[in-house]
Amino acid sequence: MLNKYPLWKTLMVAFIIAIGALYATPNLYGEDPAVQVSGLRGVEANMATLDTIKANLTDNNIAFTGIVLEKGQVLTRFNNTEDQLRARDVLDDNLGKKYSVALNLTPATPDWLAVIGGTPMKLGLDLSGGVSFLMEVNMKEAINKAKVGMVSDFRGDLRNEKIRYRSVKEDGNTIVVKFRKVEDLEKGQSLLKKRYRDLLLTSNDDTLTLNARMTEKKLKEIREYALQQNITIIRNRVNELGVAEPLVQRQGKKHILIELPGVQDTAKAKEILNATATIEFRLVDNEGDLSAALNGRIPASSILLREKDGTPVLLKKRIMLTGDHITDAKSGFDEYSRPQVNISLDSAGGSKMSNGTKSNIGKPMATVFIEYKPTDRRDLEGNIIFEKVQEVISVATIQSRLGKSFRITGAGSQTEAHNLALLLRAGALIAPIAIVEERTVGPTLGAENVQLGFQAILLGFGLVFIFMVIYYRAFGVVANLALGANLVLIIGVMSLIPGATLTLPGMAGIVLTVGMAVDANVLIFERIREEIREGKSIQQAIHQGYDAAFSTIIDANITTLIAALILFAVGTGPVKGFAVTLSIGILTSMFTSVVGTRAVVNAIWGGKSLKKLSI
Amino acid sequence: MQILQLKETVAFMSYRKIAMIFSTLLMIASIASLATNKLNFGLDFTGGTLIEVGFEEAADLKKIRQVMSDNGFDDAKVQFYGSSRDVVIRLGLREDVKAEMLGNEVLAILESGSGQKVDMRRIEFVGASVGDELAEQGGLAMLTALICILIYVAFRFEWRFAVGSVVALFHDVLLTLGLFSVLQLEFDLTVLAAILAVIGYSLNDTIVVSDRIRENFRKIRDSQAEDVINISLTQTLSRTFITSITTLLVLAALFFRGGELIHGFATALLFGVFVGTYSSIYVASLVALALGISREDLMPEVIEKEGEDQEQMTPQ
Repeated sequence: MLNKYPLWKTLMVAFIIAIGALYATPNLYGEDPAVQVSGLRGVEANMATLDTIKANLTDNNIAFTGIVLEKGQVLTRFNNTEDQLRARDVLDDNLGKKYSVALNLTPATPDWLAVIGGTPMKLGLDLSGGVSFLMEVNMKEAINKAKVGMVSDFRGDLRNEKIRYRSVKEDGNTIVVKFRKVEDLEKGQSLLKKRYRDLLLTSNDDTLTLNARMTEKKLKEIREYALQQNITIIRNRVNELGVAEPLVQRQGKKHILIELPGVQDTAKAKEILNATATIEFRLVDNEGDLSAALNGRIPASSILLREKDGTPVLLKKRIMLTGDHITDAKSGFDEYSRPQVNISLDSAGGSKMSNGTKSNIGKPMATVFIEYKPTDRRDLEGNIIFEKVQEVISVATIQSRLGKSFRITGAGSQTEAHNLALLLRAGALIAPIAIVEERTVGPTLGAENVQLGFQAILLGFGLVFIFMVIYYRAFGVVANLALGANLVLIIGVMSLIPGATLTLPGMAGIVLTVGMAVDANVLIFERIREEIREGKSIQQAIHQGYDAAFSTIIDANITTLIAALILFAVGTGPVKGFAVTLSIGILTSMFTSVVGTRAVVNAIWGGKSLKKLSI
Repeated sequence: MQILQLKETVAFMSYRKIAMIFSTLLMIASIASLATNKLNFGLDFTGGTLIEVGFEEAADLKKIRQVMSDNGFDDAKVQFYGSSRDVVIRLGLREDVKAEMLGNEVLAILESGSGQKVDMRRIEFVGASVGDELAEQGGLAMLTALICILIYVAFRFEWRFAVGSVVALFHDVLLTLGLFSVLQLEFDLTVLAAILAVIGYSLNDTIVVSDRIRENFRKIRDSQAEDVINISLTQTLSRTFITSITTLLVLAALFFRGGELIHGFATALLFGVFVGTYSSIYVASLVALALGISREDLMPEVIEKEGEDQEQMTPQ
C-alpha cells in the first residue's frame, strides 16, 4: 500500500498555514508614534477636526506621515517621538477643551494588510506597561437610593390622586404606607399596583398598612442599572484623562475593569476615578429653628448640614433635583468676575427644576455637594463601607423660575469652580464605587517582560528542535516543521481574534504548548517504530501509526482543553492570557502535528516502497 | 536514536505496594504541611500592596527598611527581587488610609529617602474582598475542572479509568500544593494557572496509558489484567519519557529565562510534570486495577444488525 493524500487535502493544509502566516505578518512591522484626538462628552471628531489638526501641524512645521479619521477619532502618525511630542503640545493648546489629545503607538501595518483586517496582537498591560483598576460598585447604596426615590414617588402619586395617607416609610427592603381609612388603602393599593408593576404589594386591613416589596427582578434591574451607569460615567472620566485606547469593561456582577495602557502617573488617574461626587439641590428651611436644630432638635422634614467654613444650614429634606439630570457643567465668570458654574439639565431635570422653583422665587436654595469616600472598612457581607460626606457649597436666592440651564455662584475660587464643573460634568453616580484592585506595570518592566518571554520561547523552541532531530532524524525535522507552523498559526489566530491579548503567562502558554504539541508527534512516531518492529511494511507502519495514535491524541487534547477553558472562564488579566494561548495552541497543534505532518510525510515517503525509514 | 530499548515487559505492577506506600506517604506529608505551614499566599489572595522598584545601583535593604519605618510603615517587608537592584516592598492591608494611594506614597518616600533615582517597575494593590473571591473562584475552578474531566473520561472510557485518572490528578495537585507549602514558595494566580496546566498535562499522560490499556485488553485474549497493564505501560513508556523530556526542556527554558514573574509558574509545572509522569504510571493504572478493571468492561458494545439472521439464508 501507499500513503497518499488527495491533492485538495495537501492544498488545504498549505492554504490554512499560508492564511495563518499572512495574519501573523502584521506583528513583524513595528509601531509608529502617533497622536490620537478624540472628542469629549458627546463631541465627535469629524472632517473639520481633521482639517484643523492638519492646519495646526503645517503651521508649526511638524511633519506627519499619515492622518485618518476613524470611529470619531483622528489619528496622526509621525516619523519620530520628537515630532509626536511637539504635535501633542500644539494640539493640546489649540484644540480646546472639547477634545482630548493622547499619545499613542499605532501599529505600522502596511495598507494592503490592514485592508484584509490584519492587525498585530494586542499586548497585555504586563507587556506594554500601564495600569489596570478593578472598581467595585456599592450596590447597597444603589438600592437605598432607589428606595428613597420610591418613597417620594409614592407620596407624590398619592397626593396627586388626593388619596390621604398617614405615612410612607421604608423598612428594610419594603416600603410601608399607612392609611387612615380602608377606602384609602384600597384606592392607594389599586393606584400603586397600576403604576409599579415590579413591586409586590400586600395589604393589611386591620392595621391599615400597605407593604410594597421590591421583587428580585426589580432589585436585579437596579443593580444592573447602577453598574451600567457607572460604566458610562467612568468611560467619560477615562476619556478626560486623555489615554489612548483605554478599556472599560464590566466584570462579574459588581465590578468594573479599567485598563489604561501607557499610563504611569496613576495618582491622577485614581483621583479622578475615585471621586464619586453628586450634587443635590434643596430648599433652605427658613421656618425651622436653627439654634434648636444645633442642639439636636432637628425638625422631621429637615436636615442640618454645614458649609465649608462650618456655618450650619438647615435644609428641607425633600430633594428638588439630583445630579443625575445634569448633562453639562462649565466653569466661568459672572458679570462681577466671580467664578461661577453653568449647569445644563436634561428635559426631565428641567421640568423638575421648573416645578420646584416656581412657587419658591425669592427663597434661598442650597447646592449640596455629596462625596462618597470609600473607607477600608467592610460590612458583614464584605462590601466596602462608604462614608457619605455632605457639604453645602452654595446658598443662593432663586431669582426666577429656573429651567434647563442655570448657574451657581459662590462655589469658591476659580479652581474650585473648575473642579466642581469637572466633577459634575463627569456625571453623578447613582451608586458610589471604589478601587479594589490596582496593577501598575512600569514601561521598563513591560519591555523586559517582552524580552524575557521571547527569549524563553526561542530557547524552548531551540531545545526541542535539537532534541527532535537527534531523536527522530528526518521525522524529527518534519515534527519541527509542524512546530514552526504551529507557532505561526498561534500568532495568526491571536492577531485575528479581537479579544485575544498576549500576556507574559500567555507567552509561557506558548512555550508550554511547544513542549506538549510535540507529544502528538512523539505518539505517532513511537507507534510507527513499534509497527516497524513488529514486522509491518514501512507504508503500513506509517498508516497504522497515524491511525492508532489519532484517537489517543484527540482524547488527550480535549481533556487539556477542558482545563484551559475553565481557566479562561474564571481567570482574569494575565492568567486569562495563559488560557487563551494554551487553548489556541492545543487546537492549532492538533492540526499541524496530525494533519500537517501527515501531508509532509505522505509527500516525501508515502508514494514509494521503502525498505528503511529515517525515524 | 533510541533511549529506551525494552525487549522485555517491565513488571510495573509488581512494585505497586511500594508505589502505593510512597504515594500515600507523600500525600499525607503534603496534607500535614498544608495544615500546619499553610500556603504562602501571594498578594492576589491575601490583599495588600506590593511595590517593585529598580535602583540604579545595588540597593541597601537595611536603609530602605529604615526609611520605610521612619515614615510609619513598620510592617513593610523589603526583599530583593531577582537582582540586587530590584527591590520588592510588601505592605499589608490597612484600615486607616486609602490603600490604593499607598503605592504612590511609598514611591515618593523611596525617592526622597534613598537619594537615588527610583524606577517604578510595578505597583499592585489588591483589596481584601477581591482576594477572598479569587481564592474561592480558584478552588471552584479546580473542582470544576476535575469534575468535567471525570465526566469526559467516564464517557469516553470507563468509570474505573475515570476514577483512576481523577485520583491521579488529585494526587498531582496535592503534591504540588504540598511542595509549595513545604518550601513556602509564594502561591499566586500564575501558580494556580500552572496547577491547572499540570492537571491538563498529567491527564494527557494518563489518557495515553489508558488508551493503550483499553486497546490491549481488546487485542490480547486470555490474559490477566495486571499483565495487560504491564504490557501497555511498557509500550507507552518510551513516549512518556520523550514527551516528559521535551516538556521539561521548555519548562527549563521558562524557569531560567522567563524572569522572576513566572518563576513560581515554571516551578509548579516542572514539579507537576514529574509527578504527573509518575502518577500516570502508578496512580491511575493502579486505581483502575484495584477497582477490578477487566477485559469485559472494555469490549466495544456489539450492536445487533437488523435482519442479520436473514442474511445467512442467502447462498454463499
